[in-house]
Amino acid sequence: MRRVTGRVRTPRRTRLGAAAAALALLLTGCSDDGREKDADGGITLRFQSLAWQKESVDANRELVDEWNAAHPGVRVEYVQGSWDSVHDQLLTSFEGGEAPDIIHDASDDLADFAYGGYLADLRELLPARLKNDIPRRSWQTATFGKGVYGVPFLQEPRVLIANEKILKASGVRVPTVENPWSWAEFRQVAKELSGGDGTTYGVAWPLKDPVSATLNLGLSAGGQLFHRGADGKVKVRFTEGDAVVPGTIHDQVGADRSASAATLGMGGSDTLPGFFGGKYAMVPLGFSYRQQIVQQAPEGFAWKVLPAPAGADGLTQGVSPQTLSIAQDSPYKKEAMEFVDFFLRPPNMARLAKGDWMLPTGAAALKDPALRAEKDGWATGTALAEHLAPAPAQSVRGYPEWKDKVATPAYQEYYSGAIDAKELEKRLVKDGNLVLARYQR
Amino acid sequence: MTIRTSRSARVGQYLALLAYLAFLAFPFLWLVSTAFKPPRELGSLHPTWIPHSPTLDNFRQAFDEQPLLEAALNSLVAALSAALIAVALATPMAYVMARHRTRLSAAATGWVVVSQAFPFVLVIIPLFLILRNLHLINSLVGLVMVYVVWSLPFALWMLVGYVRAVPRELEEAAAVDGASRLRTLVSVIAPLLAPGIVATALFAFITAWNEFFFALVLLKTPSMQTLPVVLTHFLGAEGVADLGPLAAAAFLATLPSLVVFALIQKRITGGMTAGAVKA
Repeated sequence: MRRVTGRVRTPRRTRLGAAAAALALLLTGCSDDGREKDADGGITLRFQSLAWQKESVDANRELVDEWNAAHPGVRVEYVQGSWDSVHDQLLTSFEGGEAPDIIHDASDDLADFAYGGYLADLRELLPARLKNDIPRRSWQTATFGKGVYGVPFLQEPRVLIANEKILKASGVRVPTVENPWSWAEFRQVAKELSGGDGTTYGVAWPLKDPVSATLNLGLSAGGQLFHRGADGKVKVRFTEGDAVVPGTIHDQVGADRSASAATLGMGGSDTLPGFFGGKYAMVPLGFSYRQQIVQQAPEGFAWKVLPAPAGADGLTQGVSPQTLSIAQDSPYKKEAMEFVDFFLRPPNMARLAKGDWMLPTGAAALKDPALRAEKDGWATGTALAEHLAPAPAQSVRGYPEWKDKVATPAYQEYYSGAIDAKELEKRLVKDGNLVLARYQR
Repeated sequence: MTIRTSRSARVGQYLALLAYLAFLAFPFLWLVSTAFKPPRELGSLHPTWIPHSPTLDNFRQAFDEQPLLEAALNSLVAALSAALIAVALATPMAYVMARHRTRLSAAATGWVVVSQAFPFVLVIIPLFLILRNLHLINSLVGLVMVYVVWSLPFALWMLVGYVRAVPRELEEAAAVDGASRLRTLVSVIAPLLAPGIVATALFAFITAWNEFFFALVLLKTPSMQTLPVVLTHFLGAEGVADLGPLAAAAFLATLPSLVVFALIQKRITGGMTAGAVKA
């Protein structure tokens, strides 16, 4: 028997048609090319930010809101990007002519975009205030050829985060920015802090990406690795200074057993549970990792920020600051720079720095009292700011391929003991120069 | 004839099955466990399966920081549309390819399989330019078109197999009864293909639901971004992640696939075994 219900049955064809129409409406309703001129004749700038931590996203959004409230004719639309995929996403956007007007990225990612003509040369656009506030060494990180293609605004030194209890109990001298450990002293201290039984270590090097850590810290010992000749061409040369940092790490892992071999393939976050558990006395990490330590450290866990060891060139180390660039295709470059200037005013730059647990590049923002507090190691990081230099090779064409195909496997094998220093040098120099030569014909 | 299995062999089989299930379930269970852990437990040297102090803070933070509901709706619209359109296009195409076997259909089947070998990066820039000329960048319509094109070859290939499994005699009987070819397809073949169509739609849905790269490149406006793209906003530079909220959001993102699969898995397995035994 057929069941009778109170509902009026709609023919199947009608139902399908209605569903298709609803779907089409839903889909077309979501279309938006985003580049239309505003109804009131104003313009809209697209700002792609890579901020990802809550405090940082909040600071970014608040500043965009403040700008929009004060500049109704030049609206800024906040677009959330991701560090994980920014290079591919920007490349496609540039190729397709759909790039954001204002682009947040890092200086070591800019070379291809700058040389490729995708980014605007900012020299004529930069206001004097911003130009003078950011030191020359920071501007160098975003200078490619003769042009300036980004405004460097946040940076982080690599520091040693130490377990204060283990440090105090050992009685070793605690280093300061004024009186840091030398690399030899650091090796000795790591030995003293190590249990020597294979369960506790003086240091854990998280070297999933060994190249930037090695090269950036290598500057302290006078390592340059990349040398530009009179003809403008760059060649790799391995000097005594280039051997200090890799040699220390290699010996700590292999000869001294004061560094854990297991962490060589880890990222910084992966070492934290062992650090909190007392397995590692020190971990060399980027300055911004302090936020994770504050969030995740067990109750009562005492930790301290120490400067990285110093070498022949003192505490110098390489950094690749976060940058704000303007797309070459943007029809509103002047307005975009006005927003960048507003966004990076000293109090705003300090807000952004605190949100990301990093250091501002601007001299005025660095004077913010909160960035000079002892709590959470801010003062140590701020004192290191004057020692930060452009990361080696970030403007060298062919560097990404050299890094991926030659340097990363070479350093990984060297640190794990699979190859010796001679083989490391041969690979970095001989194989490396073959790669670079292809880009410099 | 029955095959007798010894007791020890049967225990071994069950143990192997259990181990396999544990292997499959491990990532998901760990994700669930992480989603309910407070930050301090995430940094523990000796992590536990069951959180000591379970919390919903990660979920709250995830919803607070990112527009997860909006992104889920975008993903749902894109995935559902792609699945329906792909199946609607693939079913008649598969019927023709399965029933009218010519040299061309063999070549077409081969081309369909070869097309699966093209990586995303090879097609993304030409696709981007074509869609831009059609004003379909930053539009879910454009994204759905890409998803349909992307899933169509495999959907077609799957459905061809299902159509071939349907006995020709049924169509001949329908023809004898005076049914047109369209009527045969709609009234005779389609009901028999239902499990195959459902499985294919599920495949297209899950492919689109999980897809990341096209959505990343083609959608610009935050309010249009899909769930996989929004999930990356919990990642920072050098692989640093906001682990708790990321796990909470990822857990929620996997739920629709699980629910859809749980609802229809009987139909899929039923369809796979149908016809295997003669009545």
